[in-house]
Amino acid sequence: MDAEEIYKEMADSIVNLDQEKALKLANQALNEEMDLLKVIEKGFGEGIRKVGDLWDDGEFFLPELMSGAQIMEKAVDVLTPKLQSSGSERQSSGKVLLATIEGDIHSIGKTIVATMLRANGFQVIDLGTDVKAEKIVNVAINANVDIIGVSTLLTTTMLNQKKVIEILEQKNIRNNFKVIFGGAPVTQGWVDECHADGYAENAVESVKLAKSLM
Amino acid sequence: MGILRPKVALLNDEYKKKIFEEAKHILESLGVLFENTDAEALLKEQGVPNDNHRYYIPSDLVDKCLTSPPHEITMYDREGNVHLSLKDDNIHFDPGSAAIFILDENSGQIREPLHQDFIRFTKIVDQLSNIDAQSTSLVYSDVPKTAQDWHRLYTTLKYGHKPIVTGTFRKESFSIMNELLLTCRTSEKDLAAKPLAIFDACPSPPLSWSDLTTQSVIDAAERMIPSEFISMPMSGANAPITLIGSITQHCAESLAGVVISQLAKKGAPIIWGGSPAIMDMKHGTTPMGAIETMMIDIGDAEMGKYLNLPTHAYMSLSDAKIPDAQAGLEAGMGALLAGLTGINMISGPGMLDFESCQSIEKLLIDNEIAGMVKRFLKGIHDYGSPFAEEILKDYDKTNELLSHPSTLQLFRKELYLPSPIIARMTRDEWKKAGSRSSRQRAKEEIEGLLAKGPPKALDSLKSTELDKISSKYL
Repeated sequence: MDAEEIYKEMADSIVNLDQEKALKLANQALNEEMDLLKVIEKGFGEGIRKVGDLWDDGEFFLPELMSGAQIMEKAVDVLTPKLQSSGSERQSSGKVLLATIEGDIHSIGKTIVATMLRANGFQVIDLGTDVKAEKIVNVAINANVDIIGVSTLLTTTMLNQKKVIEILEQKNIRNNFKVIFGGAPVTQGWVDECHADGYAENAVESVKLAKSLM
Repeated sequence: MGILRPKVALLNDEYKKKIFEEAKHILESLGVLFENTDAEALLKEQGVPNDNHRYYIPSDLVDKCLTSPPHEITMYDREGNVHLSLKDDNIHFDPGSAAIFILDENSGQIREPLHQDFIRFTKIVDQLSNIDAQSTSLVYSDVPKTAQDWHRLYTTLKYGHKPIVTGTFRKESFSIMNELLLTCRTSEKDLAAKPLAIFDACPSPPLSWSDLTTQSVIDAAERMIPSEFISMPMSGANAPITLIGSITQHCAESLAGVVISQLAKKGAPIIWGGSPAIMDMKHGTTPMGAIETMMIDIGDAEMGKYLNLPTHAYMSLSDAKIPDAQAGLEAGMGALLAGLTGINMISGPGMLDFESCQSIEKLLIDNEIAGMVKRFLKGIHDYGSPFAEEILKDYDKTNELLSHPSTLQLFRKELYLPSPIIARMTRDEWKKAGSRSSRQRAKEEIEGLLAKGPPKALDSLKSTELDKISSKYL
């Protein structure tokens, strides 16, 4: 079987949500000393892009989206040690910090976004829920992230999203980060009012948004 | 009552027992997270094993706590008269609570509610004959954040006389709300004997009770004020995807509430309620109008009845964004199914968009739905036989039965007489009236209802007392 055929099988294993097959193919890639960067990009990466397309087409639903992304992550995990030891690394799409803002304990939407971003090559730091704006900014600075994503489900906690931007402005580092919002009550109007850099309606859109901001 | 009380059931006794036993086993093996000092002290006093705020509640403690809560709760109006009884298969409707948006019927826009909106809403609910209780249904933004919970109760007491379903957003608010309620009663004892408000308490799925919501249960129990448990597992997200799994999780979370309330005060009144939902697998939302959501609601209520507790559910609401055909079908199905289940308190009328938006137009349409459901549940009545023969004997004399004594005597009993919102006019009449939709006709009713005086006027001394308390804490 030539490399192109194996890449296709890899992509298919993600689309078919076949974890066993994906991990077998990842190990095969290691054994056959394939070009691992190409394996990720042309193989599994192509699969996760197709999963996104199927979502856009209305064919795939959230459990399938999550499952595809998680299998992708596991396959990449198999390849990572070898990649690192050989001195090369999967090209990072960017570094994203995610948190649900102070006062809000809703985590599901953010978790889906984190999974999708990881599957699409982003490094994600997920601070969890009920996180103070000050902490978000501090971690963003220390970890030198590209994008700060702040989630909220409640209109009552929405105001705290704005606080993140206000702190960045006070510290004169607003331009060092892109700040994006997520959550049911968030609208373009709110994003404009806060001078944020964007918001996404769903996890697939969030990947497109993050890529567009890099 | 009719020949039969129409009923629907999704579980049989064998499965109710299985669910109950598994729920107890979950409490014992997986435990429940409590992050409230008072609750933790109560559980530790009982020797409940715990680890890092997770309490592994033994089944015998659950069984013991289930022996003490009352099987029925009578609610009284603001003036202290009996208003409704949460027992058996009695049903009552109250508007869906705590919407953060209102669909403004004049502008057609969805916007944040203001205090004035809630005053209008409360006045209308007070006029509606098929909506039995008030609820603190709108969260308005033109009062300080710290007043957003108790100020709604203040407003409801000022402008409505029906019993109220409410809840706290901050621990500190319970005592203010209790003070407001006491203006309508002679003492704490009188308030306990004649409950005026129900406090909703929502555990966080899966298997967790937050500090705020646990404190509300304890504060209410100590004063013998009814608590309504609103467990809200979301199938496939933070609860099993299976309906039976979600019903079992709901049962476990609610049983933990029973334990806390009864440890705080033996015999404290509690209502087995819920706001479960499936998760929409495309949008990640919580469709309250989904048929499977309603099935979980029915199963949850059946478990409450199995445990001999008054029941509640969030039904008769819709995920539509405006009062359209979807709103009608979802609210209609939900209300009828809730009625057929005999759910004692049905929260939902008026509500759109996943419990986030209230609409007075929808509320008025839902009032009609509630009226029809109540009629349906009365069933088919036997007025004595022969059922038809005697009446038909007279037909030839008049060639009509409109003037038959039985018609005049019984038509109001036999028929639900809808408001003009339900189109039963001829097409020509409908055209002459402007070819309007039910939503438009509902809108036309609003100003007329607001112009009516309150069904029961608030005593001026009580009114002053309420104002004083409000000014003190604002």
